Amino acid sequence: MTLTPVITEHWDSPDLYTLEGYRRFGGYGALASALKQDPDSIISVVKDSGLRGRGGAGFPTGMKWGFVPQNDFKPHYLVVNADESEPGACKDIPIMMANPHALVEGVIIASYAIRASHAFIYIRGEVPNALRKVANAVEQARAAGFVGNNILGTDFSLDIVVHAGAGAYICGEETALLDSLEGYRGQPRLKPPFPAVAGLYASPTVINNVETIANIPYIIERGAAWLRQFGTEKSPGFKVFAVSGHVNRPGIFEAPLGITMRELLDYAGGMRDGRKLKFWIPGGSSVPMLVEEHLDLPLTYEDMAGAGTMLGTGTPMVFDETVSVVKAVTRWLEFYKHESCGKCTPCREGTYWITGMLERFEHGHGQEADVEKIAHVCTQIAGRSFCALGDAAATPYPAALKYFRDEFLAATHTSADEQFDPVASYLFAGATR
Amino acid sequence: MTISEAVRAEMRQLAALYPQPRSALLPMLHLVQSEEGDVTTDGINACAEVLGITSAEVTAVSTFYTMYKRQKVGQHHIGVCINTLCGLLGGDAVYAALAERLGTTHDSPSEDSKFWLERIECQAACTHAPVMTVDWEFMDDVTPASAVDVIDRLARGEVVQSTRGPAIRDFAATERTLAFPNDGLADDGVSVDEKMLAGLRIAKERRMSAPPVPASAVAGTTEG
Ligand SMILES: Cc1cc2nc3c(=O)[nH]c(=O)nc-3n(C[C@H](O)[C@H](O)[C@H](O)COP(=O)(O)O)c2cc1C
Ligand code: SF4
Ligand code: FES
Repeated sequence: MTLTPVITEHWDSPDLYTLEGYRRFGGYGALASALKQDPDSIISVVKDSGLRGRGGAGFPTGMKWGFVPQNDFKPHYLVVNADESEPGACKDIPIMMANPHALVEGVIIASYAIRASHAFIYIRGEVPNALRKVANAVEQARAAGFVGNNILGTDFSLDIVVHAGAGAYICGEETALLDSLEGYRGQPRLKPPFPAVAGLYASPTVINNVETIANIPYIIERGAAWLRQFGTEKSPGFKVFAVSGHVNRPGIFEAPLGITMRELLDYAGGMRDGRKLKFWIPGGSSVPMLVEEHLDLPLTYEDMAGAGTMLGTGTPMVFDETVSVVKAVTRWLEFYKHESCGKCTPCREGTYWITGMLERFEHGHGQEADVEKIAHVCTQIAGRSFCALGDAAATPYPAALKYFRDEFLAATHTSADEQFDPVASYLFAGATR
Repeated sequence: MTISEAVRAEMRQLAALYPQPRSALLPMLHLVQSEEGDVTTDGINACAEVLGITSAEVTAVSTFYTMYKRQKVGQHHIGVCINTLCGLLGGDAVYAALAERLGTTHDSPSEDSKFWLERIECQAACTHAPVMTVDWEFMDDVTPASAVDVIDRLARGEVVQSTRGPAIRDFAATERTLAFPNDGLADDGVSVDEKMLAGLRIAKERRMSAPPVPASAVAGTTEG
């Protein structure tokens, strides 16, 4: 399958991040045409396009916008989720640094569609360079009359606030993000009510991922039928894939949904030094790992679900045969334990106990009985936690056990580092610079 | 240090950006760190006063987020991503080298209090593993030697350019950017590198592109 640069098409143009650079390729043309249409017809186009959210869950975007009640006399809000902190996910930050105006134009169009006059872009605090690029784009858009009062002479007015987080993975969960944006600890809220009904300040709120919103100008400009030329019936469109790990050419590859991992691997220059693939993860550490036999599956929401995993963020991580799966899984669980917000018991206590048991395996003194006990604790966390972080924490181990049980058994007497020399996994093995 | 009236005025300015002032609390705490080097009791009290909430409420928020510290960070914050992908691909060795160079450990200041070292989680830059940050600006694709070299250059007061971002300033300056993101540095340095262009380069070389726009759709569009 060919690559299809859309959001990334002009990234080699050095001033694309500026208003002038973006407009050179027709930027803000979609906004002009959107403002001539009725907001509901914008929602219809997005519905017809079949665009699904790129934040991980794949919820249909047009449908989400349609849930916002109209004529309710409450303010509406658009909140962009730019918290990108999922281990392995590295596509929203590049989009914001390379093409921030696509996001800003998408924000304005989406706000117009859902009748919001205030939009927020919540960017993780650990990446100031994404923050300043987006803030700069918003200011330029404001100076050009695309943000502010009576945009392009219409009666539509919009303010956009670019907001920095402060280091908490859980703030990517949409309701925790709202609490954080209201100035509280970032802990998830009970759903329902869903944000579309009672979100920010208890008002109707749409929360979308950066890549989702960056799609909007292209869809409005080119139409729903154009988007449907990419991908499949259930997974229309294109995707900014980010391939990382033990490949020769890690990076960003934009392609239609439905491309296979084997094809992406090929574009990424194949496995480093011709080594063998051990396992790969289609979209962040929160979705189950896959192995060689899954390389020819189309990367779509439905095919990944069919293989018992999820497309997630669509940012494949690739690990070769030098990697200890015990060590990899332990490190992810240490992450979930650290990031658990502590609100509910299964996740708070479960991640603590699993991590402790896994660390014993990593050091070569795992208890054989714990191989099953960890799996059991995972079943006690998944589906019993307050939010999806708990489910995510219960994901890496069962998948790893399915393919690499022997390695966990060996870790009852031999440490991960003795089983697999860590230096062999380093990208700079042999070289110091 | 007590928080000056000028800084309080900036806090009120932040609060005015939001429909409800309390939404500004996270940026306000970044401003406190920029002024104070960490989240101090004076800073907490100032936030509480400006927002009309209790100091206990502000403290509860500040202790939830990893970026807020209760001890002086010093001139530079140094992060090394040790999440699975970076860590296993070399971040562990980078961290070990920096811990030795700085004579410190996770989430602690160096011996001379100039640097703060932290094992950080996935920095959304896995394509650029192993990833290090200086005052939260990207230092991509590091090795133990290149990471130590960055510290040496900073220690000598040399200019160090982020691999995808501006020249390094200091921790206080970055914390100020987190409160007021329009810092005038959007044009400093490159933000798009070869890894971000990997797919585009291939597409251009092999003349691959997205399918054309159907004629029916073009009619409705206007030039921008
Ligand atoms: C623990 C956790 C972290 C998440 N982090 C993010 C994130 O960083 N960015 C994001 O867009 N969605 C994240 N999500 C998903 C959001 O809750 C939400 O589904 C998404 O922002 C909706 O946008 P979309 O419909 O455009 O995909 C996270 C979910 C969970 C449970
Ligand atoms: S599942 Fe974890 S992160 Fe989610 S509410 Fe419970 S403790 Fe918090
Ligand atoms: S794992 Fe280090 S940046 Fe993602």
